[in-house]
Amino acid sequence: MTKEKIEDGRDDMLIDGEPEQRQGNAIPEGFNANYLKVYYGKLFPHADIFKWISYGNDGKHPACDQSYFGRREFSFTLDNDIYVRFQSFNSAVELENSIKEKCPFKIDIGAVYSVDPAKRHAYAQAGDNVFTPVERELVFDIDMSDYDDVRYCCSGADVCLDCWPLMTIAIKVIDTSLRDDFGFNHILWVYSGRRGVHCWVCDGRARRLTNEQRAAIVDYFRVYKVGNENSHKKVSLMGHVLHPFLARSYTEVLRAFFEEKLLCSQKIFATEERFEKILKMIPDDSITSELWGRWQENRRSSISKEDLNVVRWEQLKHMLQSGKQKVQGLRRCVEEIVFSYTYPRLDTEVCGYSLFLSTYCCPEEICEHISYFRFHLQVSKHMNHLLKAPFCVHPKTGRVCVPIDPDQCEEFDPTTVPTLSKLLEELNMGGLRADIDYDWDKTSLGKSVRFFRSSFLQPLLKSCKEEMESSYNAKLQHSKNSISW
Amino acid sequence: MEIVRSQRKSSVTDVAPTLPLYRSAPALEVRLDDFELFAIDRLRVLKGISDGLSRGRKPEEMEKLVRDLWRTNMRHQNTSEVINKDIISHFVLRLVYCRTEELRKWFLSMETTLFRYRFRLEIPEAQRALMGEFDLLYKAVGSAEFESVKEILGQVARSIGQPLPNADTIFFKVPFEEVPELVAGRRVYICKGYAYVPMNQVVSLVVTQFRSYLSKALVLTNRKWTSTIREQEKDRLTPIVEALSTSYLGPDYSQPKEFAEISIKDIDQVANTSFPLCMRHLFEKGVGLKLDDALAFWRAEFSQKVGTERFDKEYAYSIRHNYGKEGKRTDYTPYSCQKIISSTPGVGDHHGCPYRHFRFTLKLMHFHLPQGHATRQNAVYHSEITFFLSTQTSTVKLTSKQIYDFYHDCFLLVCLLLESEENLRAALGKMGVSDRAVEDIMDKVRNRHYQLACTLTFEAVHDSSCDAGINHPNQYFSDSQKILQSKMVIPLGEQLGGMVCICMRQHELVDRKL
Repeated sequence: MTKEKIEDGRDDMLIDGEPEQRQGNAIPEGFNANYLKVYYGKLFPHADIFKWISYGNDGKHPACDQSYFGRREFSFTLDNDIYVRFQSFNSAVELENSIKEKCPFKIDIGAVYSVDPAKRHAYAQAGDNVFTPVERELVFDIDMSDYDDVRYCCSGADVCLDCWPLMTIAIKVIDTSLRDDFGFNHILWVYSGRRGVHCWVCDGRARRLTNEQRAAIVDYFRVYKVGNENSHKKVSLMGHVLHPFLARSYTEVLRAFFEEKLLCSQKIFATEERFEKILKMIPDDSITSELWGRWQENRRSSISKEDLNVVRWEQLKHMLQSGKQKVQGLRRCVEEIVFSYTYPRLDTEVCGYSLFLSTYCCPEEICEHISYFRFHLQVSKHMNHLLKAPFCVHPKTGRVCVPIDPDQCEEFDPTTVPTLSKLLEELNMGGLRADIDYDWDKTSLGKSVRFFRSSFLQPLLKSCKEEMESSYNAKLQHSKNSISW
Repeated sequence: MEIVRSQRKSSVTDVAPTLPLYRSAPALEVRLDDFELFAIDRLRVLKGISDGLSRGRKPEEMEKLVRDLWRTNMRHQNTSEVINKDIISHFVLRLVYCRTEELRKWFLSMETTLFRYRFRLEIPEAQRALMGEFDLLYKAVGSAEFESVKEILGQVARSIGQPLPNADTIFFKVPFEEVPELVAGRRVYICKGYAYVPMNQVVSLVVTQFRSYLSKALVLTNRKWTSTIREQEKDRLTPIVEALSTSYLGPDYSQPKEFAEISIKDIDQVANTSFPLCMRHLFEKGVGLKLDDALAFWRAEFSQKVGTERFDKEYAYSIRHNYGKEGKRTDYTPYSCQKIISSTPGVGDHHGCPYRHFRFTLKLMHFHLPQGHATRQNAVYHSEITFFLSTQTSTVKLTSKQIYDFYHDCFLLVCLLLESEENLRAALGKMGVSDRAVEDIMDKVRNRHYQLACTLTFEAVHDSSCDAGINHPNQYFSDSQKILQSKMVIPLGEQLGGMVCICMRQHELVDRKL
């Protein structure tokens, strides 16, 4: 009965029967408008998203900017892949109602603009482009498909527990750097629902970064040179030593992961095709041919019980680091191999920086070139870029985009993230419990929402409030001083 | 600044010879001829810098170049007047170069470079004083803190091939937002949002400030110029200012030395031997995508997605419109390389510097339509559009749904840019440039040294060196003719000097349908 009720999309979902009738309550896996309707009706944390995006401007403090939330762009992807941009809302209620009414398959969050996005055309006549982004979180998008050349367990859209750790280390490396190097504190990591993670850096400082500054951060993180089809090595670590950031990433995260997990889980040296890929990264023919010869013969694992991959890696390291090597380029070869396989691969376009433009010419040059074509460069849309909102449901997997705790990211398992249908099931079973305030708390989503609130939202709002008060007081002081006679 | 015609009165007292920041126009009186002459001298310095940059000079060489250029051009018999000349010439050129976006960019770039190297040439005390002037009130790292971070600072230094810092090296803690280039290159240690910047890197900070200030000042100057000055000064300063920006400070190629009757056959022959690539372009067929080819190409690509009807209605119109729009200029001044390089050709136009405009290549590789997605929005939204930006050594793959916007608006871009690198190579090959030389030339092109690329072409074609470099198409032509004559390839008396006047007016040629 419950099953039918859900499919009708009706609100009351009374449980009929005992928990033993679990089978009868089971909701088929899937993703559709009806499920979504219930999800948005009962589970999606509207108020928390609103509070986050308002950054404290929803309060009563005189320093609050009442127009702030209304100037934020949202975009909805509706059923039939209709994509609508430049949505904006003036209050939490408006946002919530719109989501419940439209049931978007995906909600994206864009930038805060100088004026309400819905009214942008009114300002276009002025000539001067008054409609520009003024604030935008610093965001990163890490997608497993960018690692296809170094994972053999899956490819494309799939992920499994053997390759997921690549995301884990990406989170560790980037998160540590954002906090320790750049001094950011309010960082939200979110599972993308299928095969990647998103990172939202929400400090005021981050939101106010210019495009050039965002580009600089992305370049700071970048180690892959853009390789052509013939280049076998995409990482080139020059210099006598590594920059402290890279050195720390290597010693604290990458090396251990490569040697203790990846080598064996991906069987990196197990076949000729696989180990050839690594040998191609070594610019010394005498070494590569010797290793190749050794491994060709040595099909069967020899005396040792150790994993073949570990053995071969040790052999390779020994040859490269034995100190006899004078050849240029060998110095960092071991690190380069480890980096190639493990270092985070950022979708730089999402970060708000177009790789194409940065590598090849300055944006002005291209703009100049085609200025009279109706063309909007990615670079001019940096802050313009939209990213999927947390707690959306991924249409292909049905999984919720839940936050990930960077301090516990090793425990995160994408295969056990709650799905839409599972949540609805749990909701049914939770029934009419009076002791729980929120519906999401009756489900496995509860843990995620509570984590979002305690680890991210509360500290963020506290900091926003402090910032607001101190700048308000500073302004007051300043105006006092200037009036003084 | 007050300009008087006759006598000069200096109201400036002792000024320590330091680097002026050009914050405000000084209260000086300047003779009208000094107004122009000072500006021209400074312009020589700026053009010399421009030349040095385009030749790819290393920083040490640029430093020396700037010092020499300054010494040569900015002297004054009264040493106390040197700084006045510096300031006056800067402000005059501000007036000259504030008037268009293109001029502002060039001036900003050259003045910033000039400032950068003059700063580097200053003594440390003067540098610190200048930092103070810019309100770069960063905290210097104290000795206790230095001890704690010394090792890590050493690590950074070694990672970028710099000498290790010692106890005397001053470091400043600068918010990372203010040194984006250093952060991008991982050339500094960053901790909790602060970059530890050594004194010698502070140059970039100061220069950034200088640049930012000047950029804003130029915009303001432009406003003032347009609203008041130009009209007020229309009989006095305005003609001087307007003449200065188009002044080409090399040899005068505008006057024909001799005039001779030229036949089309003659042009062909001369074109083959002595025309630079930008001129040959006019005579080559099939370079660039013709309008019909472009239309056919795009229609084929788009018809799967939007249908031919819609394509014809929405897209074909704007392709045609953009092809037809340009090419109707009426300006006939002979362009120097600099002007040619900085102008933007229209699609279907053959003007502009081919080294520059061949630099970019977008090859539209392929479209994938995922299965099961038949709707138009869906198809383009989810399809993988792979762009390869190819410069023969590296490619970039861009795949994203956002490419849809990019793609949607940029099909016209792709039309233009399908004038590919291959065409440039082919054109060079036709000129008789060896494969080896072609590679060197392509390398210069990739690094944006267009005039240098042309110079290398000249050297390859004529098998002799061209130390002065190519600055003007006419110069290429006349230098070429000189060499050929000296090699007795063209008999004396048949100098086609007259060609100089005619053929270098690109637009005229087009109009005459040569």
